[in-house]
Amino acid sequence: MTVGKEWTEQSIQRIIDGLEHKPGAMLPILHAIQNEIGYIPEKAVAQIAESLLQTRAEVHGVISFYHHFRTTPPGKHTIEICRAEACQAMGCRSLEAHAKQSLGIDYHQTTANRQFSLEPVYCLGNCATGPSIRIDDDIHGRVSLDRFDELVASHQQDMKEVG
Amino acid sequence: MKLDQVCFRTNHLSPSWTLDAYRQVGGYQVLEDILSNKLKPESIIEQIKNSALRGRGGAGFPTGLKWSFMPRRLPGDKYIVCNSDEGEPGTCKDRDILRFNPHQLIEGMIIAGYTIGAQTGYNYIRGEFFEPIERFEAALEEAREAGYLGKDILGSGFHFQLHTHIGAGAYICGEETALLESLEGKKGQPRYKPPFPAGYGLYGRPTTINNTESLASIPVILQHGADWFHELGTPNNGGSKIFCMTGHVNKPGNYEVPLGTPFAELLELAGGVRHGHQLKAVIPGGSSTPVVPAEIMMGLDMSYDGIAKGRSMLGAGSVIVMDDSTCMVKALQRIAYFYYEESCGQCTPCREGTGWLYRVVKRIEEGQGKQEDLDRLVDVAENINGNTICALGDAAAAPVVSFIKHFREEFQYHIDHGRCMDNTA
Ligand SMILES: NC(=O)C1=CN([C@@H]2O[C@H](COP(=O)(O)OP(=O)(O)OC[C@H]3O[C@@H](n4cnc5c(N)ncnc54)[C@H](O)[C@@H]3O)[C@@H](O)[C@H]2O)C=CC1
Ligand SMILES: Cc1cc2nc3c(=O)[nH]c(=O)nc-3n(C[C@H](O)[C@H](O)[C@H](O)COP(=O)(O)O)c2cc1C
Ligand code: SF4
Ligand code: FES
Repeated sequence: MTVGKEWTEQSIQRIIDGLEHKPGAMLPILHAIQNEIGYIPEKAVAQIAESLLQTRAEVHGVISFYHHFRTTPPGKHTIEICRAEACQAMGCRSLEAHAKQSLGIDYHQTTANRQFSLEPVYCLGNCATGPSIRIDDDIHGRVSLDRFDELVASHQQDMKEVG
Repeated sequence: MKLDQVCFRTNHLSPSWTLDAYRQVGGYQVLEDILSNKLKPESIIEQIKNSALRGRGGAGFPTGLKWSFMPRRLPGDKYIVCNSDEGEPGTCKDRDILRFNPHQLIEGMIIAGYTIGAQTGYNYIRGEFFEPIERFEAALEEAREAGYLGKDILGSGFHFQLHTHIGAGAYICGEETALLESLEGKKGQPRYKPPFPAGYGLYGRPTTINNTESLASIPVILQHGADWFHELGTPNNGGSKIFCMTGHVNKPGNYEVPLGTPFAELLELAGGVRHGHQLKAVIPGGSSTPVVPAEIMMGLDMSYDGIAKGRSMLGAGSVIVMDDSTCMVKALQRIAYFYYEESCGQCTPCREGTGWLYRVVKRIEEGQGKQEDLDRLVDVAENINGNTICALGDAAAAPVVSFIKHFREEFQYHIDHGRCMDNTA
């Protein structure tokens, strides 16, 4: 997942065209667009609706139903904190508070430098080693406050190296 | 106590998830035998029935019986769907089957397809699962190359295709009919049951849905025999089961043990309760199952019928252990919030009721509770129970009723003093 990447009507249409004949194509198409661009742009809704012969309201309905889909560009890295029971038992509440405070944002927000977006998640399937967080596609277990800071720092770092 | 007999039987190999590893434990042999001997589907169903395999997704419905509902001679499309949506907080077992033994699930699904007359299968995997999805896809590729999937499998005339479908972060999609809606590309909102999926499933066609662990158990049952499997467990509770041990234990993790294993032994396996603390309560089957106080739990066996004796459910085997530092009001608040957040909003009792439950528990937790709140909570929960389309409503109600029943004095203390009892955090 990266920051909202460049896209055009054509690039979105290519994604749709590649998947629209699959049965139940809606979710695969939404996943593919979000993987490619980082979010589902408003324009894509109309294109999907037209291609799948559905109304725009139906497409909107599906996008807003699933927690995973977003309609605004994310930061460079997305941090998800598990709020489910096993992680709560292992102290994810203080981790949440710490994350919000140190990043200076609330859930569903992105830092001003567009480095990090913060999202809650309900169980990453990593319950045995909570508290768990996911940064982009990597899951981290037993995340103490210090470990959280380290992880954030290392992701800041990779930004500097990349440019 | 024998460990890792069924779904984790490749765990001693490294890597355990390749076709090679799976073949070392006899993998795909059962499928080859079935196809070359053109084994009768009825006889496979008979064996599954005799094995006393019960649905590992939580409801414990007998798998053989479920398969027998499929109208296999009805012409036209039929489907087998695997439920790998695993969203119940505290549950982390299907993920490890996908990661460590994906071929066994694939073989189970092909056998299921053959038995119920389906030529297409879908594995609906939770979108949050990144690595498990990759492992499963890689295994699918290996199985295709080895000729176990596709047209005319091993020259038998049986065709079977298997596809992965990725969810997008909605707990309710684990409910089987919501999952079907989601597979069709819609919002995952549950359908009325009956009709059950066996009659009206994916795209309105006969469909069997099973949990990952149920399907991955199939090849082992057929390889070692129904009796072997049944005897691993206890009467009517065949086989072993993966228990996800989480919360305040020293060695959290997944443990595959025979059904009927005493809880006390399982707890010991997981390293016992966190050092310096006493066991307070256990949620035995995932957050939707009623909480059980320590003294009752220590006397129970881990099986469907065993946990029922403690007025709770084995569920998906997601054991959340709570020690004496746990504030039960806070714990309930978090569970209530989860169901409030995840209600799909179709039924009024669930949509409104989950919000009420959460707000009232929250106000008790924050020291703003009123005297009549405890009865009010139970009242709201009872009005949800049984009055909704799917079991999420019941799942939200069950913890509330059981927490208040067993730990009423803690809730009362919060109302009277505006804070926790001294012995809790
Ligand atoms: N694994 C997980 O992450 C989660 C598991 N659960 C579990 O799910 C359970 C509830 O699941 P439901 O599907 O609502 O239970 P259910 O009792 O309605 O159904 C269980 C299975 O048996 C089949 N079935 C039942 N009666 C049938 C009949 N007369 N004819 C044909 N088929 C029939 C259903 O189609 C279904 O596949 C709860 O007990 C809970 O423990 C709940 C949340 C998450
Ligand atoms: C709200 C809700 C969520 C559920 N989530 C799951 C799930 O994540 N995985 C699962 O296998 N079953 C889940 N179930 C149970 C399924 O509806 C169904 O009973 C199960 O997949 C059948 O498979 P089995 O008979 O092999 O257990 C859920 C049920 C409800 C009511
Ligand atoms: S019980 Fe709740 S989750 Fe289930 S269908 Fe009704 S509103 Fe949706
Ligand atoms: S409860 Fe946090 S990963 Fe499962």
